[in-house]
Amino acid sequence: MSPLTALGAVPDPALVAAGGAGGAVGRYLVGSAVDRGGSFPLGTLTVNVVGSFLLGLLTFLPVGGDVSLFVGTGACGAFTTFSSFSVATVQLWDGGERGRAVAFVAANTLLAGGAVALAAVLAGAS
Amino acid sequence: MAARGVDSAVVLGLVAAGGAVGASARYAVGAALPGLWGTLAANVSGSLLLGFLLYEALRTDRLGDRTRTLLATGVLSSYTTYSTFAVETALAAPVVGAAYLLGSYGLGIGAALVGRDVAARVDPRPDREVEV
Repeated sequence: MSPLTALGAVPDPALVAAGGAGGAVGRYLVGSAVDRGGSFPLGTLTVNVVGSFLLGLLTFLPVGGDVSLFVGTGACGAFTTFSSFSVATVQLWDGGERGRAVAFVAANTLLAGGAVALAAVLAGAS
Repeated sequence: MAARGVDSAVVLGLVAAGGAVGASARYAVGAALPGLWGTLAANVSGSLLLGFLLYEALRTDRLGDRTRTLLATGVLSSYTTYSTFAVETALAAPVVGAAYLLGSYGLGIGAALVGRDVAARVDPRPDREVEV
């Protein structure tokens, strides 16, 4: 059926690991392209919003099984990051950029939430 | 230029290897703790470790660039996930979703603070106060 049916022969942990490798490289490349020395962690915000949209599409379409492990748990999971979100918030706050820290948390929440909602609409879920 | 190309390839290789390890560890945590708890456990423990690692790296010279790329950008950033957290929040019942959101933020940011303070204790030299 789908060309990805061939993935059925691959063990689940290997699918997650391979997806995770790709997702992490994608996050690094997008992050370095977007973050050009600014004091706002725009790279982390960007990957979190884009990754949430993609995982939303995957969830609401819905795509199951091996594709979900490879693209969802592996790639989208590793493309987005919660630890960098937490640490960047602390670093902004420590640096006296308290307004930016609050704006960063709010932007992640609202834009990623909006991205998931948009994915639900585009996927025809209701 | 050739040397720069090799350097970039090494960095991408480190990020990819770290990403494979981090995503696998998150998958294992999710298998042990199904549902929201697995994501929460990975996000909070990953925030603790990344907070420690990055503040330790800022305070000391012990961590080289490549080690930091492998562990921070590769392993720990991939071990945690924002997309799964966002989709799980959207799918949860409103009260559960709100509790999950606030709990993840409180515990995750709190864990990063704990990691920062542990790094300061490991290397308490006052001249190493971090400038951020």
